[in-house]
Amino acid sequence: MKKLITGAAIALASITTGALADGHANYPERPIMMMVSYGAGGATDFQARIVTMTAGNEDALGMPIAIINKPGAGGRVGWNWLAGQAEADGYTLGAYNIPHFIAQSIKGGVEYSRDSFEPIANWGADPAVLVVGAESEFNTLQDVVEFAKANPGKLTTSGAGLFVGHHIAALQMEKAGEMKMAYIPTKGGGAAAMKAVIAGDVMAGINNLSDAFRAREAGNVKILAVADLERNDFLPDVPTMREAGLDVDNSSVNFRGIMVPKGTPQGVIDKLAATVPAMFENKRVAGKMQAGGSPMHIMTRDEVLDMWAAREETLKELLAGL
Amino acid sequence: MEFLFYMGDVFTPINFGLLLLGTIGGLILGATPGLSPTMAVALLIPFTFQLDAAQGLILLGAAYTSTVAGGAVSAILLKIPGAPANIATTLDGHTMARKGEGAKALQISFLASAVGGVFGVLLLIFLTPVLAQWALAFGPSHLFWLAILGVTVIGSLDSKSVVKGLLSGCIGLWLATIGFDDIMGAQRFIFHPALGGGINIIAALIGLFAIPQVITMFAKGRHNDGAEVIKVQKHPIGGAIRELLRNKRAMGIGTASGSIIGLIPGVGGQIAGLVAYDQAKKFSPERDKFGTGHSEGVIAAESANNAMVGPSLVPLLTLSIPGSPTAAVLLGGLLIHGIFPGTDLFDNHPDVAWTFINSMLIGQVLMCLFGLYVAGLAAKVAQVPQSVMAAVVLGLAVFGSYSVQSSMGDVYVMATLGVMMYFLERFGFSAAPLVLGLILGPIAEANFIQGSMIANATDGMSAYFLGGGLNLFLIAVVIASIFYSAYMELRSRRYTSKEEIMA
Repeated sequence: MKKLITGAAIALASITTGALADGHANYPERPIMMMVSYGAGGATDFQARIVTMTAGNEDALGMPIAIINKPGAGGRVGWNWLAGQAEADGYTLGAYNIPHFIAQSIKGGVEYSRDSFEPIANWGADPAVLVVGAESEFNTLQDVVEFAKANPGKLTTSGAGLFVGHHIAALQMEKAGEMKMAYIPTKGGGAAAMKAVIAGDVMAGINNLSDAFRAREAGNVKILAVADLERNDFLPDVPTMREAGLDVDNSSVNFRGIMVPKGTPQGVIDKLAATVPAMFENKRVAGKMQAGGSPMHIMTRDEVLDMWAAREETLKELLAGL
Repeated sequence: MEFLFYMGDVFTPINFGLLLLGTIGGLILGATPGLSPTMAVALLIPFTFQLDAAQGLILLGAAYTSTVAGGAVSAILLKIPGAPANIATTLDGHTMARKGEGAKALQISFLASAVGGVFGVLLLIFLTPVLAQWALAFGPSHLFWLAILGVTVIGSLDSKSVVKGLLSGCIGLWLATIGFDDIMGAQRFIFHPALGGGINIIAALIGLFAIPQVITMFAKGRHNDGAEVIKVQKHPIGGAIRELLRNKRAMGIGTASGSIIGLIPGVGGQIAGLVAYDQAKKFSPERDKFGTGHSEGVIAAESANNAMVGPSLVPLLTLSIPGSPTAAVLLGGLLIHGIFPGTDLFDNHPDVAWTFINSMLIGQVLMCLFGLYVAGLAAKVAQVPQSVMAAVVLGLAVFGSYSVQSSMGDVYVMATLGVMMYFLERFGFSAAPLVLGLILGPIAEANFIQGSMIANATDGMSAYFLGGGLNLFLIAVVIASIFYSAYMELRSRRYTSKEEIMA
């Protein structure tokens, strides 16, 4: 019996070393799971399902990616799980939202930081935009700034929560315009914040470009400015904040992409980093994303590493005073 | 009358096949504990990638309507509410099933669902523009008063003593504060990582309702299971229809409160059933029978939660704002085909919009037919010996709470709350007020804080919370509700002995 166990142990050991030795050339050998830290139906979940739908193709990973939702506390529940409990074997991926998880780790109370995760690739960039109701008296960003300067703390502005892209954009606007706004975080995400603008509960709102674009198509809001470095293809007529006179950069842009927990074998990371950007470029994926009004922005692992580092620096500076 | 023009599209072979698939599949998914309508629709979204926009939405619309009704099956037979919408159904429905009237309870619940549901969809078809304005009229201050109105109901809901009802409501309100607060950024009572996201409402529902009865079944032991087997009465469908016609008042109250409350973004779906149940009880001459297996209770709750389906889609279809989690998932189903809800939908894709709405109308009828067909068979569940039943319900409870967000943490929450509830029930507290507190807590709190932030930046607290017609109307209803409860309590005291109150 002892011999048998020893034999089995040796056989098992040789199998594992075999897998290590071949540099994960056969990865993936079974379906992969990807954790999304927001609920089913939200923008991140919706986009994650689209960009991973061709994962099973031979020219991509050859294995399907299944989405699993772990929502709660603005994404903290899912990212805590990915950093602490998920197995770093390459079969557990996670979706990231920048600046959310970096801003949360700076404010503390979570079990992750930028170093807990390894980025694979970025698929989307959804800038924050400033919206007002269709009937609002504000027609340009300048109108809003003038009102805020004349009435400090009176400009009620809705957004999806604290330390998310919308909140960052509001903080940057206050800093750039040397003014004080009344930022109203909502429970229930961007949709609730948009409802507050359309219904006139608040005077202005900061929201996702993709959702604001749809609301404008429906005739419910005016979009006054985009918090990004360049104008967006979906809204060629809307100026950037800089063009309209507020020195706000792209720190609040909501970048979405795929990452893995730290400790995932380097061979697996390399394999994923090489194949995933090409998977995002698939025509069907691009078509569905375009149709849904979701702006794509594909970045490779190295570009994302630089972007994370740059974001962390800006956010630390911006959040230091809070 | 545009919807009639597109009615034919529902009956093409493929579309009708999808409608059947969605309806039957939805009933099964809805009857599975832990699979809420939102989850069921989200699970089906990937299948619609391959379909036309209209076909995909037929599948999703049919699944949405029938999962809401399917939730009644587990609520009635197993006392596990599949979603917050079905809480009120358990109060009388499960008691009926325990008396052997499971078939009758299921039949009237499906019939009431269909009547409420058809009414709700008709509202969606004819009154969408008006309803859209009504949905927008509720700002933070109004939602706060609405939640307070719900709190006034807590005391009188399914409890012999108002004081005990209020106490369990308070426990629920406290449980609701656990977790990370999105608005102030504070962490409250997170003593275990499983609580980081707060207490998941579905896991809590399963624990609070199912676990105490499982423990009771196990506690009885096996020796006398022969005596426990219930004879399930057969019940003719005609009898169920007559029962429904006899209870027009409950039906009307359920349908009306479901349609009105269902419209309000972010609130409606969760409390429509409970509010309807409470209103039906207050207006009924036989209010003492509520909670003892009274058909009015089932009718009011089930007509309300299906009447909510149509109006809950109004903010999504007209304003492109998803008013409920399920609507958010449906939004994904539209976007994937490049269709933006709002004017674009009705102007440029009327075929998609109306086929979708029609499919929900036909879906309500099909759902009712299938529901009635399986009611007699399903009710036989009550004949399963209790020792076996306890194991099955326990298994489903674990499976259901795990599947909500694939998290063992929710299973711990479910088990802990369940054991706590077992002892609370021993002392005469009941689960329904506790759950209502758990649901209303976050609504009242978030809207009060938001409202006060807006008020401080604008006209000040008193003007914001006490001004305006809708605020005053809601406050008047709150006061009336408090006085009514106090009056009923005082009147019943005269006829109740001390022993009955303590029981």
